[in-house]
Amino acid sequence: MSVALNGEKKDVGAEITIRNLLFKEKIKVHDYVTVQVNGEIISSKDYDSFVIKDGDEVEFLYFMGGGR
Amino acid sequence: MKITFKKSDYDLIVQHSREALPNEACGLLGGVLEQDGTHAVRRVYTLTNTDASPYHFSMSPSEQFAAVKNIRENGWKLIGNFHSHPETPARPSDEDKRLAFDASLSYLILSLSTENPVLKAFRIENGNASETEILILN
Repeated sequence: MSVALNGEKKDVGAEITIRNLLFKEKIKVHDYVTVQVNGEIISSKDYDSFVIKDGDEVEFLYFMGGGR
Repeated sequence: MKITFKKSDYDLIVQHSREALPNEACGLLGGVLEQDGTHAVRRVYTLTNTDASPYHFSMSPSEQFAAVKNIRENGWKLIGNFHSHPETPARPSDEDKRLAFDASLSYLILSLSTENPVLKAFRIENGNASETEILILN
């Protein structure tokens, strides 16, 4: 199964949850990663249940913030 | 690691930060990574501080995604971000360092606490910040 991951075509094997994809991509601090699938931002509460399918466009980026 | 950008990009960072007062301002930097490791900025993306606070900033995720996609469409990379400190010096706070998750980026901070703005760049890795050189091109 292939998806577009941050603009690059990637073979991710079988259907996979967002959580498992983050692990697969060695992404740390999942609580601070924002994920968008086919243009829709997915709540982090759903990372364990949302299944990514063949052909999906997936984008993820780290939360950016800070303070004085 | 050094970061370069045009004077017009610097002016945009200052303008965006002044317009956001009394709150912190923020944005992303798209550009290229040169052979010697220099981050060469090609475009500054001004984003909304969703915290709307003089003490904290958070970037809008939808604006971040839009900026990153535009960066990619132009064949560039996300090379850094900036935010302003309305009342404190241009140095990363403990919170800035704690929330710097990507060590490959340049983290720029613009202080408006003095009469003239002060812009500094940092590399932040594992909670440690080291200042890097900024070169503003005419």
